[in-house]
Amino acid sequence: MPLVLAEGIQKNFGSLEVLKGVDLRVEEGEVVAIIGRSGSGKSTLLRIINGLETFDAGILSIDGERRTGLEKDLRPLRLKVGMVFQQFNLFPHLTAGENVMLAPREVKKLSQRAVRELAEETLSKVGLADKFKAYPDQLSGGQQQRVAIARALAMRPKALLCDEITSALDPELVGEVLDVVQRLAAEGMTLIMVTHEMRFARNVGNKLIFMHQGKVHEEGDPRELFAHPKTPELASFTSAIQ
Amino acid sequence: MISFSLWDIVRHLCVGAAWTAGLSLVAFALGGAAGLGVLFARISPRRRLSAPAKAYIEFFQDTPLLMQLFLIFFGFGLLGLDISPLLTAAIGLTLFTSAYLAEIWRGCVEAIPKGQWEASDCLAMSSLQRMRFVILPQALRTAIPPTVGFSVQVVKGTAVTSIIGFMEITKTGSMIANATFKPLLVYALAAVFYFIICFPLSALARRVERRLHAACAR
Amino acid sequence: MSYAFSIEPILDNWEIFAQGAAMTLLLTALGAVTGVAAGILGAVSRAWRLPVLSPFYAVYVECVRNTPFLVQLYFIFFGLPSLGVKLSGWEASFLAMALNLGAYSTEIIRAGVMAVPRGQIEAAESLAMDRWQIFRFVILRPALKTVWPALCSQIIIVMLGSSVCSQVAAQELTYAANLIQSRTFRAFEIYFFSTLLYLGLAILVRRFLKAFGRRIIDGRTA
Repeated sequence: MPLVLAEGIQKNFGSLEVLKGVDLRVEEGEVVAIIGRSGSGKSTLLRIINGLETFDAGILSIDGERRTGLEKDLRPLRLKVGMVFQQFNLFPHLTAGENVMLAPREVKKLSQRAVRELAEETLSKVGLADKFKAYPDQLSGGQQQRVAIARALAMRPKALLCDEITSALDPELVGEVLDVVQRLAAEGMTLIMVTHEMRFARNVGNKLIFMHQGKVHEEGDPRELFAHPKTPELASFTSAIQ
Repeated sequence: MISFSLWDIVRHLCVGAAWTAGLSLVAFALGGAAGLGVLFARISPRRRLSAPAKAYIEFFQDTPLLMQLFLIFFGFGLLGLDISPLLTAAIGLTLFTSAYLAEIWRGCVEAIPKGQWEASDCLAMSSLQRMRFVILPQALRTAIPPTVGFSVQVVKGTAVTSIIGFMEITKTGSMIANATFKPLLVYALAAVFYFIICFPLSALARRVERRLHAACAR
Repeated sequence: MSYAFSIEPILDNWEIFAQGAAMTLLLTALGAVTGVAAGILGAVSRAWRLPVLSPFYAVYVECVRNTPFLVQLYFIFFGLPSLGVKLSGWEASFLAMALNLGAYSTEIIRAGVMAVPRGQIEAAESLAMDRWQIFRFVILRPALKTVWPALCSQIIIVMLGSSVCSQVAAQELTYAANLIQSRTFRAFEIYFFSTLLYLGLAILVRRFLKAFGRRIIDGRTA
């Protein structure tokens, strides 16, 4: 049973068709990189998986549970799927530690001691154990994004969705965030990431999805696809990026 | 006891409303003119001008309107001049309005980007030319919504003049309420009169504000 | 002119002044806490378009903002007894101040709630938080922080506006001034000094609120 299974997902914004029937299958422990031009629908797909957007047609099931896209209460879904955003979206009035502890304490009702340990553990996992008491505006972009990863991990999700998590970073800070993600991948975390980092997609991913005009245009082994794109669209996309 | 019909109450309140409206208009017009003067003093680079203007604004913003009216009323008394409630109200509200408007407008002027000031300096404009041709035309647009919004505060401020005996809506209402023993009805009606004057102004302020936002987004 | 500014009526009655000023502060404190609480509820109701509460607040806010405080006070103090609700001058003043501030702070805080970036809320949603948790832990503090200066100004305006509460015999600062004036007939001195007291109170309260905002709303230790 795949962790995420999507069949024929369609999404319209008004008269604009953003997704025109997307199929996606992600097994547990897989690292899936989604690439494509802006406007190809890749971010929308990610947001649909986490319930931040509804969808208009198709079948979506997460961890064996079928989603209609119209549920009022999306919290059971979100306990299974974590998300990291392009703009970090840390809570500015809370320290790094408090950012991580908030949801486990309020949503999972864990004890103060348990969430404290959890926060220390996840923050040290992203290499920021010493920044527990720092506020977001005292951290660099790369550090903020690593806190955001720790915050998502502290909910012990089955899969982590990453929406262009290095796009808002200065070039010299991209590496530290990707290192963290690479370590998570090595530990067997299921990752679905929309990314522009082609080298990372090739070296770390075990599945590559190329989206084009609201559809999955090509998918397969990253090294294979990058070396021998089957369609002219992917070929022109990869040559334009590199 | 005189017997008042509903129509009598409304009729008297209408007269009071005319005085409320008249006082508001006078205070707003004169206060606006005086406020412009205070504004220029306040944003002047010369401390001799800006410091007193700042103190003036803070005094009127940080003390109750009622106290300001008392000071004018009894201050003139000290000079041996008998001053009518109407004149006290007009002077008091004018000063009050000028201080608030000067502060509102200062915010609008200071919101004009620094580059605009520097650019006009580089064109060798005098500070008066810079004000007239560059800063004020831009500040005027953003100043309209809060200025219209403040007119509501002026109208509501006139109610305080009832305490020094000016016969506007509230004072008229108090007297009728005492005569008729129907305070609930009379004060509700008085509130309706104020609402009829103020609500259109509030709505107008919101509309120009929205239009301004739409224009800026373009 | 033979007039001499005389300071005795002030010195002789300093206790009455002090009591009046204390009452004004107390009224303001109670009115501010209640009014801001009402405003927070109003801001959520309006921002989320909660049934019943949202339309209720919309009407309430318009009614309060488009009528004078003095008329609201008279309506409560003189009018409500006809409906069987008899309030003392004190209670009426407190209620009027809280209602007045409640309406203004609804609009002020709502602007702050709307200014919280969408991404913050999405991040909280993706952590499986529910609406109330998101409001309490993610929206409220940043929203209050954004609008705190505006809220402080409004609290000062309500405090200064409370000088008309003397008209319903609430024994605040202006009431004290009127009382001393009627005993000494030294009107100008008395009101001049009261005005300075109000000025001092306004400066004091503004300082306090600013510090309170830094400590409690911002809440930073680092």
